[in-house]
Amino acid sequence: MPGTWLFLILVTLSVLGYIMGHRKAVSVSGGSNRVMHSLLPYHGWNVGLATFLAGLFVMVVAALGRALMGVADGNNIALSVLTLAGACAAFYVTHARIERGYRARDGVEKMIRVILILASSIAILTTIGLVLSMLFEARNFFGQYPWTRFFFGTNWAPNFRGDSDLGMLPLLWGTLYVSFIALMVAVPVGLFAAIYLAEYAGPKLRAVAKPLLEVLAGIPTIVYGLFALITVGPILRDVFAIPMGLGESASSVATAGLVMGIMLIPFVSSLSDDIINAVPQAMRDGSFGLGATKSETIKKVVIPAALPGIVGAILLAASRAIGETMIVVMGAGAAARLSLNPFEAMTTVTVKIVSQLTGDTDFASPETLVAFALGITLFVITLGLNVLALIIVRTYREQYE
Amino acid sequence: MTDVTAAPASPARKTTSLYEVSARTRRRNAAEKRFRFYGLSAVLLGLMALIVLLSSILSQGMPAFRQTYVVMDVELRADKLDKNGNRDPADMAKLTTFAVAPLIKQATQTVATELGSDIEGLTDKMVGAMISKEAPGQLLRFVRANPELIGTTQSFEFLANGRIDGYFKGRVTHESAEMDNNISVQQLDLADAMVAEGMMETRFNWAFLTAPDASDQRPEAAGLGVAILGSLYMMMVVLCLALPIGVASSIYLEEFAPQNWLTDIIEVNISNLAAVPSIVFGILGLAIFINFAHLPQSAPIVGGLVLTLMTLPTIIISTRAALKSVPPSIADAALGLGASKMQTVFHHILPLAMPGILTGAIIGLAQALGETAPLLLIGMVAFVREYPAAPPEGLFDPATALPVQVYNWTQRSDPAFFERASGAIIVLLVFLVLMNTLAIILRRRFERRW
Repeated sequence: MPGTWLFLILVTLSVLGYIMGHRKAVSVSGGSNRVMHSLLPYHGWNVGLATFLAGLFVMVVAALGRALMGVADGNNIALSVLTLAGACAAFYVTHARIERGYRARDGVEKMIRVILILASSIAILTTIGLVLSMLFEARNFFGQYPWTRFFFGTNWAPNFRGDSDLGMLPLLWGTLYVSFIALMVAVPVGLFAAIYLAEYAGPKLRAVAKPLLEVLAGIPTIVYGLFALITVGPILRDVFAIPMGLGESASSVATAGLVMGIMLIPFVSSLSDDIINAVPQAMRDGSFGLGATKSETIKKVVIPAALPGIVGAILLAASRAIGETMIVVMGAGAAARLSLNPFEAMTTVTVKIVSQLTGDTDFASPETLVAFALGITLFVITLGLNVLALIIVRTYREQYE
Repeated sequence: MTDVTAAPASPARKTTSLYEVSARTRRRNAAEKRFRFYGLSAVLLGLMALIVLLSSILSQGMPAFRQTYVVMDVELRADKLDKNGNRDPADMAKLTTFAVAPLIKQATQTVATELGSDIEGLTDKMVGAMISKEAPGQLLRFVRANPELIGTTQSFEFLANGRIDGYFKGRVTHESAEMDNNISVQQLDLADAMVAEGMMETRFNWAFLTAPDASDQRPEAAGLGVAILGSLYMMMVVLCLALPIGVASSIYLEEFAPQNWLTDIIEVNISNLAAVPSIVFGILGLAIFINFAHLPQSAPIVGGLVLTLMTLPTIIISTRAALKSVPPSIADAALGLGASKMQTVFHHILPLAMPGILTGAIIGLAQALGETAPLLLIGMVAFVREYPAAPPEGLFDPATALPVQVYNWTQRSDPAFFERASGAIIVLLVFLVLMNTLAIILRRRFERRW
C-alpha cells in the first residue's frame, strides 16, 4: 500500500522535526530553559506536530478531491509529492521561527486543540456518513421502484431476474411480532426482577444476582442466535408446535422472540433498577406510615413515580429488539409472511438487509438497493424510539431533582 | 340524640381484635407474599436462562475440542510418488492428491484385511471413507517436505471422518448409522476394532484452534486459525483508532468544549450513535469503505474501521465518566501553580483517569469482538483458507472473524459443523471472559476513590 508508506514517511519527517526543533532551541537558548518563552521540548513538539498535521491535511484534502472528481486510481505520485511538500513547508516555517521570545507552547496547544476538535467531530461525521450513505442509495432505489409499493406492499418476493415485489409490510410485521414477543418475555421478568432486587433482596443476593443478570447483556448476540438455532428452536417445535399442529419449523417467531426476550431482560432490569432506586425514600415512608404493605407501596407509589423512566427503559429495549440481527437471522427464518401463528417462520427487516447485501450483489438492481431503503427505515424507527425514550426519561428526571 | 343510642344497637358492626387476623388482612398479606414470590421467581428465571444458555453451548461445544485420529502405516511407494527416481523438488511440486490417494487406499485395505475380516459386508470403499478427505493433502505435504523418505514406510496420523469422530463423541450411534447414507454400521464396528488395536484414538484437538476453515465435506478438518487471526487484526485496528480518538474526543467534550449548539449536537450525536443498530454500521461500511473508498472486501481493516465507529460511543461515554471522577481540586492545584489548561489535563487529570479509561476501552473492545451483523455486510462471511499476512499488509488480506465463522458454520448442512460452531463460541466466550477479568482487575487494582 503506497498510502501506508506515505504515512510512515510523514511520521519519520515529524520525528525528525521534533529532533531538529529541539536541537535548535537548545542551541538558541544555550541549554537554559529560562531565557526561552516555552520549555525546550515544546519547540520540538511545535515543529513535529506542525509537520505532521500539515502533511495529513494535504493528504486528506487531496485524496478527497481525487475521489470526488471521480479519478479512481493512479496519480499516487502527485498525491505523495503534494503531501510531502506541504509537510516540508510547515517544517521549514516553524523551524525557522524558533528564537528566544517565540511562543512555541501556545502553538502546540492550539494544534492539540485542533486535534481534539477533529476527534470529537468524528461522531458527527459518522452520523452524516450513516444518513448520507443510506439516503443516496435509497434514492437510487426509489428511482427504480415506486415508494408506495415499497411502503405499503404486502408481498415480498425478490427475483433477481427483475420484476420483483418488494413490499415492506411483511418484513415490518415480522419485526414487530418478534419484538412484541421479546418484550412480553423481557418486560415482566425484567421489571419484577428489578423490583425484587431493589426493594426486597438483601445486599448479599443483590451483589450476586445483579452482576449475573448483567452477564446476559454482555453475551454476544451470535451466542443467542446459536442457542435459538440448536436448543430453543427444536424444543419449541417438538413440545408446542407439532403437538398443537401449528407448524413444523424449528425457526419461528416464537423462537426468536423468546431468545431475544432473554437477551433484553438485563436491559429492562438494570435500567428499571436504577430508576426505582431513584424514587425518594420519603415517598415509601409516607405510604408505610399510612398502613400500606410493601407490595401495595410498590404498586401504588413507587411504580407510578418511576413509570416514565420504566417506559423509557422499555422503549430502549424495544429499539434494541427491532434492530437486533443475529438472533432473527438464525432463529426466525427467511420466509416473508403476514401471519399470526407464532410457530411459523417469518422474517424481519434486518434479516432481509443481510440476505440482500451478502453474496453476489449488483449495486444497480432494486433487489440489492432495497436493503438501503430498509436500512434507513430501520434507522428512523430506532432513532425515533431512542429520542422518545430520552425525552420521557429527561422529563421524569426533572421532577425529583 | 338518636345517634348515640342507635350506634351500639347496630348488630352489623363486628368488633375486631389486633390479635386475630381479619380476612382482609389475610388477603393483603397473601397478596404481599405472592408479589414477593413473583419477584423472586423473575430473578431466578433470569439466572436460570443464563445457566441453560451457557450449559447448552458448553455441552454442545466441548466435543469440538476433542478429535479422533487414525494412526496407520503408509508405504511411500516410489513408483507412485517419484516416477523419475530423482527426488527432484520441482517434480514433487507437480504431484497432486490423485497420486497419493492410492497409497492411502492401499494402507486402509491392509487395515481392513487385518481387522475387518470378520465384519460382514465391509467393503474397501467403506474403509477408505473412514478417513478424512483431508488425508491425501496431508500426505502430499509430508512428501513434499521430506522427499528423501520416499520408498520407506511411515506411520501417519490422519483425521478420522466426521461421522466416525461423531461416533466416539456420542453424536452417531448404531441406530442413526442405519439411516445415514454417509456412514454404515460396518464402519462403526471396524472403528471399534481399530480403537482396541490402538490404531484410532481421540484426544485434544489443537488443530481446531490453529487450522483454517475447511470445505463442506470435511467438518473434521475445520479450524479457527484464520478467524482468530482476523479477529485479532480487527481488535488491533479498533484499539489503535478507537482508543486515541475516543480519549481525545472525551477530553475535548469534558474539559475544553464551550457550552454552545455545536457541543450539544456532538453530545446528542454520541448518545444516539450508541443506540443505532449494529447492522446499520454494516451498511455504512459497505457504502463508504467498500463502494466509495474501494477498500478490499473481507479485509480486517474494513471490519476494524466499522467496529471502531461502533465502539467509539462506548469508549467516549466511559472515558468521560473517568475524567469526571478526578476531583477538581487536582486541576485547581495544577492551575494554581501556573500550569496551562493543556498541561493540567495531560499531566494530571489524564494519568489519574487512565485506569478508568482502559477499563472502558477493554469493555468496548469485548463488545466489538462479539459483534457479527456488520461484518456480514462487508463480506467477512467468505470462505477463507489462507492465513492473512503479517500486518500492515495483512490488514488488507481477506480474513474472517470468530463470530462470523460461527455463523458460517451454522449455515452448513453437516451436523458436525454445529458442534464446531458451539466450540467456536466457547473460544469466543473464553476471550470475552479474559478481557472482562482484565478490566475488573484494572478497576480493582488501580482505580482510586477520592
